[in-house]
Amino acid sequence: MTSEPELLTTPLDGLHRELGARMVPFAGYAMPVQYPAGIIKEHEQTRNAAGLFDVSHMGQVRLSARHGGTLEDVAVALEGLVPADIVNLKPGRQRYTQFTNADGGILDDLMVTSMGDHLYLVVNAGCKVQDIAHMRAELADRCEIEVLDDRALIALQGPKAVAAFANLVPDCAALSFMQAATWDLDGDRLLVSRSGYTGEDGLEISVPGKSAEALLRRLLDDPDVAPVGLGARDSLRLEAGLCLYGHDIDTTTTPIEAGLAWSIQKRRRSEGGFPGAPVIQDQLANGVARRRVGLRPEGRAPVREGAVIRDLSGNASGTVTSGGFGATVGGPIAMGYVASDHAEPDTALELELRGKGVPATVTALPFVPQGYQRA
Amino acid sequence: MSDRLYSKDHEWIEMDGDIGTIGVSDHAQEQLGDVVFVELPEIGRAVVQNEEAAVVESVKAASEVYSPVSGEVVEVNETLTDDPAQVNADPHGEGWFIRIRVDDMSQLDGLMDEEAYQEFLAELD
Repeated sequence: MTSEPELLTTPLDGLHRELGARMVPFAGYAMPVQYPAGIIKEHEQTRNAAGLFDVSHMGQVRLSARHGGTLEDVAVALEGLVPADIVNLKPGRQRYTQFTNADGGILDDLMVTSMGDHLYLVVNAGCKVQDIAHMRAELADRCEIEVLDDRALIALQGPKAVAAFANLVPDCAALSFMQAATWDLDGDRLLVSRSGYTGEDGLEISVPGKSAEALLRRLLDDPDVAPVGLGARDSLRLEAGLCLYGHDIDTTTTPIEAGLAWSIQKRRRSEGGFPGAPVIQDQLANGVARRRVGLRPEGRAPVREGAVIRDLSGNASGTVTSGGFGATVGGPIAMGYVASDHAEPDTALELELRGKGVPATVTALPFVPQGYQRA
Repeated sequence: MSDRLYSKDHEWIEMDGDIGTIGVSDHAQEQLGDVVFVELPEIGRAVVQNEEAAVVESVKAASEVYSPVSGEVVEVNETLTDDPAQVNADPHGEGWFIRIRVDDMSQLDGLMDEEAYQEFLAELD
């Protein structure tokens, strides 16, 4: 018997337990996988009204200039680690990008927000220790790196999310998709962005950990708002066609294979200057051998991560990287990598499930329309 | 009190003559969460005690349903194919999985009655 390592808790741990959450270990944290309503109801709550998620396990990092430097120096430094255009990111704007390695593989995916005088980063819980070490090793000569581990992060997602938060911070409705701003509420500085990982309109709110529970209680007083756990977070992001690090993307997949070329702006494509740029530039110019696609298995049986994908002649084409039940789609959905000549929508393939082949169709992502409110 | 008997794997069996109806316990459905798919065996298949007889998939994961005793499948609950949520809604009733003709009634002796199962659950917590 090995002893279980002690799990970390978020500032909202007591509230989760009070709300009847089933807590599970996730990335070293005790996290709510579901509340008594159950994953399907929580999924529908987010699609139809507003779901409230604790994502405080994710890493929040502030990058600012060292002695006499400017924000542009910080942006230039970060561009040495990620393929997105950070230098031209305007204050109050947010961008999705990846930390890449020398092979063009993905070390983690993250959000970068320009706050005018610093950059605010949100990285995955499971990667945050290595991400912070990576930034300390590569950026410490030019950037102050401050880990904001005294802050909680919550996501309020769904078509009624912004209206619910506007009851507390009326001006938040002025944000459009991928914009961010700060507001003071009850003496706390909140950093609010109109973004999320469910495919819905909504907000992510960074709040001092000591004030997080009070803020959640106020939001949960709204009849349109209910708590949602990691189970529904996973089915929501899968329906939205969004990658889960460690599953759909990792060090063996490049942003181009993963269908994330949209996150690499034109200047960076031509100039390079990020880890793995030669590999990624070559793939942009000449194509890739395999691509991430959406898959709709026939019937009702979910096909899960790891299932082999075959063409109709029985030749292996790739592997499912995420799969489950799409509550809004009303059936099984999956994502995986297939040979590029099988990546066109409507291509018929087979997924291996318990020794049998399940017919499946390559499907354009996302599986459900996005609810983002763009400017 | 019902004549339902339980296995340590959280399946139940209820006997009517030599025919046993098998399902998963209320505790099991709660642990599974929302059931979205059930794969049932073919009629006539021989199932073996403590071996897989069916598959149940929740939103999160696939799990095996083990047969508490050996026997031959004589009926399956086809309604679960279209309405797997019955497993959550009525695990001891409409959410049954299969009926088998039990080979060896003495295998039932190793199962728990309601009271013993509730004690077993209390020890798990």
